[in-house]
Amino acid sequence: MAPIVRMNGINKRFLGVDALKDIDLELHAGEVHALVGENGAGKSTLMKILAGAHRPDTGTIVLNGQLVSFASPVHAQRAGIAIVHQEMTLLPDRSVAENVYLGREPVRRGHVDRARMQAATADLLDRLGERGITPRTPVRRLPVAQQQVVEIVKALSMDARVIAMDEPTAALAEHEVELLYDLVGRLRADGIAVLYVSHRMREVFDLSQRITVLKDGALVTSAATTEMTPDQLVRAMVGRPLDAMFPDRAKTRGPVRVSVRGGGNERLRDITIDLAAGEIVGLAGLQGAGRSAVARALTGVDPLTRGEVEVDDRPVRIRSPRAAIRHGIAHVTEDRKGEGLALRQTVRDNTMLVRNAVFGRSRIDVDRLLGSVGLAAGRTGQEVRFLSGGNQQKVVLAKWLAVAPKVLVADEPTRGIDVGAKRGVYELLRELACSGVAILMISSELPELIGMSDRILVMRDGHLAGELPAGSSEEAVMALATGSGA
Amino acid sequence: MTRTQARRTRFAPGTVPVLVVLAVLLVALAFVGTAYQQPAGYLALLKRAAPLMILAIGQYFVIVSGGFDLSVGSLVTAEVVIAARLIDGDDSATGWVILVLLLIGAVVGLVNGVITTRLLVPSFIVTLGMLLVLDGAVFLWTGGAPRGALSDSFRTIGRQGIDGVPVIGQVPWSVVVLAVLVTMAVVFMRGPTGRTLVAVGDNETAVWLGGGRVERLRTLAFVLSGLSAAVAAILLGGFAGVSAQVGDGLEFRVITAVVLGGVVLGGGRGSVVAAMAGALTLESLFSLLNLLGVSGGLESTVQGVIIIAAVAYAAIDWRRKRA
Repeated sequence: MAPIVRMNGINKRFLGVDALKDIDLELHAGEVHALVGENGAGKSTLMKILAGAHRPDTGTIVLNGQLVSFASPVHAQRAGIAIVHQEMTLLPDRSVAENVYLGREPVRRGHVDRARMQAATADLLDRLGERGITPRTPVRRLPVAQQQVVEIVKALSMDARVIAMDEPTAALAEHEVELLYDLVGRLRADGIAVLYVSHRMREVFDLSQRITVLKDGALVTSAATTEMTPDQLVRAMVGRPLDAMFPDRAKTRGPVRVSVRGGGNERLRDITIDLAAGEIVGLAGLQGAGRSAVARALTGVDPLTRGEVEVDDRPVRIRSPRAAIRHGIAHVTEDRKGEGLALRQTVRDNTMLVRNAVFGRSRIDVDRLLGSVGLAAGRTGQEVRFLSGGNQQKVVLAKWLAVAPKVLVADEPTRGIDVGAKRGVYELLRELACSGVAILMISSELPELIGMSDRILVMRDGHLAGELPAGSSEEAVMALATGSGA
Repeated sequence: MTRTQARRTRFAPGTVPVLVVLAVLLVALAFVGTAYQQPAGYLALLKRAAPLMILAIGQYFVIVSGGFDLSVGSLVTAEVVIAARLIDGDDSATGWVILVLLLIGAVVGLVNGVITTRLLVPSFIVTLGMLLVLDGAVFLWTGGAPRGALSDSFRTIGRQGIDGVPVIGQVPWSVVVLAVLVTMAVVFMRGPTGRTLVAVGDNETAVWLGGGRVERLRTLAFVLSGLSAAVAAILLGGFAGVSAQVGDGLEFRVITAVVLGGVVLGGGRGSVVAAMAGALTLESLFSLLNLLGVSGGLESTVQGVIIIAAVAYAAIDWRRKRA
């Protein structure tokens, strides 16, 4: 069968740098084509070219057998190619229907024809088998996964035959990922060609029929998903096998650095945790089970209202982030850009942020510190917003290293960064643990959590459901998390 | 590569354009006005510009941390009127009155800051309210015509200087005060508190999660702005004498100056030196227009055009960098 889209020999240079070199890509109706690669590999550029946001320097795009050239994303949309962005582009206070038909509202006698708009939206939702959403609901009230559905409905309302999804699960909780799987399945059944950009191995293998790997702007390999193993895929992306991703575990466990006895607040109850020097403790659980709430309680963001906390055997009260930091507890937050960094400040200023804010005047060797997290010297004067996600995360880690913490709480420390950078973060966390820091790590990616943790605490409904040893299976973790196994 | 890197650290982003404009204006002045063919001419310009430049330091702190201070104009007026009334020609009162003026400036800033940060009223509204309150209070107190008089020693700071300096003759006290404050501001901004203050304007949440005391820092910015208004009032009172109009429109002039200096409204970006350069640029421009015989009535029009142009320029620049 002829492909819907055939991109041929696409080249694109930015400021003299090759962003894409001679890329061929085909998208077929009813097929999910996964596009993977590290940050900067050229995935976004290729997607933007497909969607008309960039024009290729050379190369052709053939859509339904016709040579096309898009002057803007609007032209691509009209031709049936839509992008579902990583960051939502919906207006939160408008209804689902209003968002779907934003700027293209059906009009009757000079007024917006709401009835028609809502009926049409309802039809599209039906087509996707999505019954949980009503067209009148304000988008703000929908969970992120359903907002994504709205984005896709919007694309379908423009008769999209090709939908490109940019890291669609990045903003989703685990149980929402399932919904997305269903949705993608229905799109396939509907004969839509899906271009699926993701960092996550599991999704790529679960969802796609074909995988294309980009590295440094060039196509490394493109093959049917059934013909590829995760190991081959990682090697294609970074040139390194999967089992080498995680550093060796700790052999010794030092004294307890922080302990919580019977801790609780509105989200948590009866939390008892000991974190010892040298160990990485994984915190698992479904979204909403209270993993982040534990992180936020330990770090004074949403303090505990019950129970006792001791740091190095001394009782402490942690009522604010400042208090937590003074007691040596650092917090790598889930939302790097929103909570971790001042994006328009320099690498230096961000690295010094906590130290400056809490401890005032004191000199440290910023270059050496950045070197220790693997950030090249000579970048200290650069604004962090120009850094890749992986390098931004290194700055976040450097910021906390600057205050020499006793305990590091890392909430999704590898979210949204590429495979190579993830490995860097893993190694850093392990090095920190070896230097005597107690680490509590939260991750939605179970293989990562299991690969890194010396033991795993599993949460369910705001309390600890149990503890598992290093190297436990994903099934064991999920059984505890859902309460189904016991 | 190394050279651009070095330059990047020396000039904060957005600083270079204002310095270029300033340089052009200063050269133009020499061509148009005979007074500017000697250093004394520029020194006089600096003396005239000193109050606005000092206000720009204070306003910079507020804007860079994400706020606005519209109250400084009426605060300047209030301070001058209060000074005249308290001193009432008595030279020996000068010392303590100056202390009282600084205290009033700090208290007004503290009130602005506390209401903004604790009651979560936008600073734009808080300081607009403060502007009206101070305006009304001055009018009520003076009945439109201020009473009392400033002492000679009070006026010395705004009017006189250090005589007998080689080459340039007299160095005005206001320029000395300015130089001291500039130095203090630069040192402050390089220090931990200054760096954190800018970060507050960029991402409050990140600073709070990083252990920063966001409310205190933002309040501090308003206090510093109030203090800068007090100092500016002392200089202006000496320079221009007592009137109930001395601070009129200064709030808009100083915001224009700071924005002209490339400081981004909403916070997080810009340098204090550039903010002051913006103030000097504005004064130079007005001097130039004056020499060219342009009506003084056009000043506010020019100011309006500048503030829109400067903000538009910053926005264009930003979009380009993102693309």
